[in-house]
Amino acid sequence: MTDRRENISGWIWISPWLVGFLAFMLAPAALSLYYSFTEYPLLEAPVWVGMENYGRMLRDEVFLTALRKTFIYGAISIPLSTALALVIAALLSAKIRGGRFYQAAVFLPTLVPMAASAMVWLWLFNGEYGLINRGLELIGIDGPNWLTSTRWVMTAIVIVSLWGVGQAVVVYYAAMKEVPDHLYEAASMDGMGPARRFWNVTLPMLSPVVLFNVVTLIIGAMQVFVIPYIITKATPGGDPRAMYFYTMYMYDNAFVYGKMGYASAMAWVQLLVTLVLTAMTFAVSRKAVYYRGG
Amino acid sequence: MNGRARTSWGRFGVHAVLILTAAAFLLPLVWMALTSTKTGSQAASGALQILPSPLSDAPAQTVENYRAVWTDPSVSFPLYLRNTLIVALLSVAGMVLSSAVVAYGFARIRWRGRGVMFAIVLATMMIPFPVIMGPLYIIFSKLGWIGSLKPLWVPAWFGGAFNIFLLRQFYMGIPRELDEAARIDGCSHWGTFWRVIVPLSRPALAVVALFHFIYVWNDFLAPLIFLTHRDQFTLALGLQLYQSKAGNTPWNLLMAASTMVIAPVFLLFLLAQRTFIGGVASEGVKG
Repeated sequence: MTDRRENISGWIWISPWLVGFLAFMLAPAALSLYYSFTEYPLLEAPVWVGMENYGRMLRDEVFLTALRKTFIYGAISIPLSTALALVIAALLSAKIRGGRFYQAAVFLPTLVPMAASAMVWLWLFNGEYGLINRGLELIGIDGPNWLTSTRWVMTAIVIVSLWGVGQAVVVYYAAMKEVPDHLYEAASMDGMGPARRFWNVTLPMLSPVVLFNVVTLIIGAMQVFVIPYIITKATPGGDPRAMYFYTMYMYDNAFVYGKMGYASAMAWVQLLVTLVLTAMTFAVSRKAVYYRGG
Repeated sequence: MNGRARTSWGRFGVHAVLILTAAAFLLPLVWMALTSTKTGSQAASGALQILPSPLSDAPAQTVENYRAVWTDPSVSFPLYLRNTLIVALLSVAGMVLSSAVVAYGFARIRWRGRGVMFAIVLATMMIPFPVIMGPLYIIFSKLGWIGSLKPLWVPAWFGGAFNIFLLRQFYMGIPRELDEAARIDGCSHWGTFWRVIVPLSRPALAVVALFHFIYVWNDFLAPLIFLTHRDQFTLALGLQLYQSKAGNTPWNLLMAASTMVIAPVFLLFLLAQRTFIGGVASEGVKG
């Protein structure tokens, strides 16, 4: 009897999540799958077109460019930000005074609303009056017009992404504290210096945390939107396609061009690409990741 | 680099690198704040001026800049602040309450299907928001919610996967004897939840509330999609509107507006630094 009552109680207690999941996750996901096989200009009813939306992507230059740019962005920003976060965390682990201050300084930018962050970087990267080019001027370099130059805009957006590395630093720093001291002592006795201890002890012990973080970054990179969206809108002289990423094109299709069918197909391709990249990351890391007691 | 740096030179080097790093991360924010104290022509003048000049005029100029932003006739920041606070309050309350309840169902009640359902909760964290945003807009408009703030806070009352996960992990660490004792004393699940679990999980609930507040305050994409009237804009959206309104917004005013949007978040961080850093660290390491 109690068992049955507990069975019912369990479902009741999780019912808020269950209802929300069905209404705001499963239903839109199912609709999106259905729409992806239709032409749906929003004001009229969807019309079944089969695989046409998926076929069109392969011939759509804008789509292919957006996908490529998103890959390039991820391929540059993920390794760079991971390496930077690991180095900063390792420096913090040197147990020096003021560690809390340094950590707070690096973490603070991750709390800045992305809209505000976009404004600050618009100002810093401004070709004429921006602080970055004025700094470059001091050392005799004539800085580019970062945000309007097709060549430099990717560098700019990667720099902005590195500014948000603080969360990873906090996570890595916390994980480094968990590494048992005796491992370092043994490594020191083997004659390893700080750099080799980091490479041979810290990194292997941290690898599961790094893997988790890299997967999060991959999922995030596929969705990069707010900062390039705001910056592109705010730079009328620039090339509107210079940092036109995947999610921006999808957003435009859904809400600007009124192509909900095509946008939905893009959404499913995005999910698929994300899953494949995640699976690949796990597969590649199988040999590199060390699980304690596993 | 682990363990105490051995030599004083090594120690000095670590400090030097960290000071430069900290400076590089803070510089954009310092420059933003400094720009907001200058006149428009100073901010964008031919020669680089680091501090406002003359310095004695800076306080009055700062007040003037912030007042100009706050009272701008075409972009109403007071209204956007109000909207943001409404959404944040309703959303945080709903998120904390519902996630706490659902997490109890997963952590403390034994029922058939629990494992599968929890796996589904975890799996939903993998679904990117952009994948469902289109149909979500259609659902909300069928519900008649487009044109109101509801799309931004009602879903929070159904819990968030990540917060459910976080709270469930926390509940698992609370000794079961405590709620078994309460059960023997005649408490129902509801009573056990309120008298035992909620009081003992206050720090975890605070982490959820704090992080969700920041999330709502900072969110740009959902408001961009679901809010169609300017009167309903949140601060993040209002900031972009302010930047893009007709004519060039002077840099000093744009930086004053940005500083205003950032300031409350920083204030929260200063008040609850440990909760923030501890929360992020435990999420990342356990996750």
